[in-house]
Amino acid sequence: MYNYTILIPLIPLVIFLVTGLLGMKWKPIISGLLGTTGLGISWVLSVMTAITYFFGSHHEGAFETIIPFEKLWLTFSETLQIKMGVLLDPISVMMLVVVTTISFMVHIYSLGYMHGEKGFQRFYAFLSLFTFSMLGLVIATNIFQMYIFWELVGVSSFLLIGFYYQKPSAVAASKKAFIVTRFADFGFLIGILILSFITKTFDFAKLTNPDGAVFANAAGMSFMGISVMTWAMVLVFMGGAGKSAMFPLHIWLPDAMEGPTPVSALIHAATMVVAGVYLVARLFVVYHFQAPDALEIIAYVGGFTSLFAAVIAITQHDIKRVLAFSTLSQLGYMMLSLGVSGYGGEEGLGYMASMFHLFTHAMFKALLFLAAGSIIHAVHSNYMYEMGGLRKYLPITHITFLIACLTIAGVPPLSGFFSKDEILVAAFNHNKILFGVEFLVAGLTAFYMFRLYFNIFWGKDRHYHHTPHESPLTMTIPLMFLAFASIFSGFLPFHSMVTSDKMHFDTHLHLAVAVPSVLIGLIGIAFAWLLYKKESKVPEKLAKQFGILYTATYNKFYIDEIYLFVTKKIIFNYISRPVAWFDRHIVDAFMVGIGTVTEKISYRIKGMQSGQLQHYAFMFVAGVLILALVLVYYI
Amino acid sequence: MIEGIPIQHFLIVSTIMFFIGIAGFIMRRNLITILMAIELILNSVNINFVIFNRYLYPDQLQGHFFAIFVVGIAAAEASVAIALIINIYRKLKNIDVENVNELRY
Amino acid sequence: MNILTLLIVVPVLTIIGILFTKDMKGARAVSAFGMTIQLIVAATLVFMYLGLRKAGVTDEMVFISDYTWFKSLNIHYTTGVDGIAVVMIALTAIVVFAGIFASWEVEYLSREFFISLILLATGVFGFFISIDLFTMFLFYEVAVIPMYLLIGVWGSGPKESSAMKLTLMLMGGSALLMVGIFGIYFNSAPNGGPLTFNILEISKINIPVEAQRFFFPFTFIGFGILGALFPFHTWSPDGHASAPTAVSMLHAGVLMKLGGYGAFRVAMFLMPEAAHEQAWIFIILTSISVVYGAFGAIWQKDLKYINAYSSVSHCGLVLFALLMMNETAMDGGIIQMISHGLMTALFFALIGMIYGRTHTRNIYEMGGLMKVIPVLSVVYVIAGLASLGLPGLSGFVAEMTVFVGAFQHEDLFHRIVTIIAASSIVITAVYILRVVGILLFGPVKDPHFEHLRDATWFEKLSMFTLVIAIAGIGIAPLWLSDTILDSLKPIVHKLAETNVF
Repeated sequence: MYNYTILIPLIPLVIFLVTGLLGMKWKPIISGLLGTTGLGISWVLSVMTAITYFFGSHHEGAFETIIPFEKLWLTFSETLQIKMGVLLDPISVMMLVVVTTISFMVHIYSLGYMHGEKGFQRFYAFLSLFTFSMLGLVIATNIFQMYIFWELVGVSSFLLIGFYYQKPSAVAASKKAFIVTRFADFGFLIGILILSFITKTFDFAKLTNPDGAVFANAAGMSFMGISVMTWAMVLVFMGGAGKSAMFPLHIWLPDAMEGPTPVSALIHAATMVVAGVYLVARLFVVYHFQAPDALEIIAYVGGFTSLFAAVIAITQHDIKRVLAFSTLSQLGYMMLSLGVSGYGGEEGLGYMASMFHLFTHAMFKALLFLAAGSIIHAVHSNYMYEMGGLRKYLPITHITFLIACLTIAGVPPLSGFFSKDEILVAAFNHNKILFGVEFLVAGLTAFYMFRLYFNIFWGKDRHYHHTPHESPLTMTIPLMFLAFASIFSGFLPFHSMVTSDKMHFDTHLHLAVAVPSVLIGLIGIAFAWLLYKKESKVPEKLAKQFGILYTATYNKFYIDEIYLFVTKKIIFNYISRPVAWFDRHIVDAFMVGIGTVTEKISYRIKGMQSGQLQHYAFMFVAGVLILALVLVYYI
Repeated sequence: MIEGIPIQHFLIVSTIMFFIGIAGFIMRRNLITILMAIELILNSVNINFVIFNRYLYPDQLQGHFFAIFVVGIAAAEASVAIALIINIYRKLKNIDVENVNELRY
Repeated sequence: MNILTLLIVVPVLTIIGILFTKDMKGARAVSAFGMTIQLIVAATLVFMYLGLRKAGVTDEMVFISDYTWFKSLNIHYTTGVDGIAVVMIALTAIVVFAGIFASWEVEYLSREFFISLILLATGVFGFFISIDLFTMFLFYEVAVIPMYLLIGVWGSGPKESSAMKLTLMLMGGSALLMVGIFGIYFNSAPNGGPLTFNILEISKINIPVEAQRFFFPFTFIGFGILGALFPFHTWSPDGHASAPTAVSMLHAGVLMKLGGYGAFRVAMFLMPEAAHEQAWIFIILTSISVVYGAFGAIWQKDLKYINAYSSVSHCGLVLFALLMMNETAMDGGIIQMISHGLMTALFFALIGMIYGRTHTRNIYEMGGLMKVIPVLSVVYVIAGLASLGLPGLSGFVAEMTVFVGAFQHEDLFHRIVTIIAASSIVITAVYILRVVGILLFGPVKDPHFEHLRDATWFEKLSMFTLVIAIAGIGIAPLWLSDTILDSLKPIVHKLAETNVF
């Protein structure tokens, strides 16, 4: 009954191929409309799937895992095979909805935003490619299919970040994004290899079976004192951390904002960056039963990233970068939530909260980015100090942006409140330190988001090149839709849809957590209101007060510089260059040397061929005599 | 007639002739002398052929035939060599072997 | 006539045809025609082969034909192919076809050029269809010699010295190889009886282990030199840099594959005990090749050098995979040969085309080519992505099969070197993206480049043939992998039963 689901990824693929091959011959708008229509169909199909899956047949007990389509793609050996298929279970169905919704909205939005850009067709072709890859990743039936699409989303992200390929900064950013994630994928690959070595299977169905039968081999295997499963799962997480930009692999995400804003909304806020979270969620059973240590690491990495990014976000001026760091911070939330989760029922609250937050975050973060795009479209600048008082000019953008800010700040009854609250409760139940961190981050989030909001929409009017005007309908409709989703998606019954053991469980509001968290959010907003509502000197003074701390934060704690040092200085200068030198001057010189030595020797001994008959005769006779002597005396 | 003479005598003579020839071949500069040295070498070998034939297989004649062959070939060789020497002389105005070194590296 | 012999007859006839032409146009038309026929023959061969297998023929080699050539030494002209040879033949046909079109505008002595090129191809085809060691060696030499002329006459830069270096190193390899092959020959009948060069017959008997120990390194290194085994790879950067486009394509695309193919078909298949004993040395060397080539490529400025080092890295992976000696890894190794053959040929074709326009191969003198020559640039990006192992293109299939296969070994050594080799996927990404970034993206660096013309029809034909092949393997690898796996079974079986460890 779900056979049609294979169409969901295939439609964008076909559109990619058609647009990619023929698009340049068409009028740009045709590509746009074709892409949008196709994605619309995919979206409808996804929503249909979700409705039938979650609410269709009334069922007791767990949601089933359904594989409506599977085809052999490559055989490694009898047991190790890559199949391409569609796997439907609660998280993948949810992700289908998230991906197609955001992608559809971005497709519509880009009709307006990218209007008149050179390479409009290319843009739509790449969007379709990305959507195809992301959908393929989501519905993967085995870890290798996931890896394949994982790479494909990486490359589509690379292509889209570098969309303005004549801009050196965009090229550098795309390169950085690709290489950093590639490095992480190397870890992922090794993780997969270890898993395949132990379990002899790639199938999620076998891997995530709670009985853990396939891991029987792993018992007692260890490497450098750490169990092999921990190694494997940490390495798999490394891949996830790369895609989801967890510290210390986060450096590519802020730079990725060089891409067109709809791309940032789609890839670097709502969908691709949650792939890492999705991966951990997908393998959650394995983490929980086979490698609890790895899960612990995930929790701490997530917690640290969320704090770290939130702190940096406070100091940034580029609105897209603020949003990027905010994304990092929220992804940290999701990771942490998975990290502190248990399995089954109430214990699995963290898992459910993480997925819930993934869903709501996709909506409101995409909204924030699209609204930011609308603002950038209007004022042609990314910097908030060149903005101010825009609420008069951009009414729709203003309202939707405000809704998104309130949502991310966790103000009830918007969706962000519910999902964040669940995460805090999960953290509270398991680890008080992490709870404290997250609690603080909640306040910081509210603060930096409203700093952004007040700076853009309030404060003094700036001098603009031309009066900013509201964006066209193609751009505002997605904003309104996403604002709607941000407000109401909190009421979705996630606890009976997406849970760690696919069973329903009851949740209730934990007032002891909810009230303080709302309060700290409000405090954050209030601070922002005080500091940024009116033009004032206080923020600058504060910045001066913190001195080095502020500079360090503003420069993102110099992590980029450290990376640059390691790659440019150490790898390029101290590995690659010596290797090139070694090859030319040692290995090649040795080979050439053999030739040279032969030549030299022959030069030396060529005098023996003097042309003097009597020399030859003497040699000959001497040789004969020596041979004769040898024969006589030694034989 | 030669019954009383031991074979060693002949061999000593031929060996002495052979080495005189070799020495002449290596040391003399004049091409004609070198040619003569070659004749000495050939004839020393001829003596051996004949002597061994006579002493070892008196009823056979292969050794004698060989000696006659060698003599014939020596004659042919001498004519070719002298033709060469004359040409060399025309070209170089002398017949010193040290000047004939065109064929070198 | 046996279809395999046809594979040699067609190029020979083409060469004869070229002799009757008068100018460049005629020569290239005849070559293109001949090589198109050759491509069709190769395609027919693939289909016939698959048909036979489907019909349930389980012989190790099919299409066998046999003519006695030198009776006293028992040298035969024996042809026969299995799945591996068939796909290698298909690869060769594709690359040669693309190569002819990539050298469409060779004006200097073009008849002689095409004759040498096709002679080279003849040697390669002959090599793949032979199952007699002597004829195989003969064809190997036929393939190597024209290379000297092609580079020395039609090359660029320090072409004479590069040609000399390349030829001498390959000849050095041949010398080792000859020792190895004669070693095999004289040990091919340990229990008496006539000596033989026939691979199939030799594979049925066991060469004495002492002889194997002695002759395996000769054979393996002999082929390994052609397969750019570290540290015998240095002919590759210089040779490629000086060679004309089509020659680089054929050389990196096909000729280097002779090394890999020979290494397992002759060295490992016929001397399995020694292969097992000595594999570790060569595994270390090849894993060095893989990483070292990739690091070497990062620092280069010349497009061809970058690609030559990249070839060292990729061909290192081929030998690495073959030495892993299990079905999956060897399968991956052979797919890697095909994949590398196609994409490196594509790379060299593109480099030749770009060089023909900008007259420089130094990446720092170029920039922003995407804007002026979009078709070439897009194909360059595709080639780059294939090279760094993007799913959907051939490189991914090959690399993953190798890594998964190699990692299934029970001992730690094999798994650790696998991880080292796998790290090349990151380094490869670095140098590919570096080149792509500098060469194609960014602003147009030189105003002269603004008016470059984009790809012409013959260039497009050349590129798209290769791109389609690359994407075809990448998207639907199953038939290729299965074809190879089927043919690998007897080889792996022989290797496995003699595993002394």
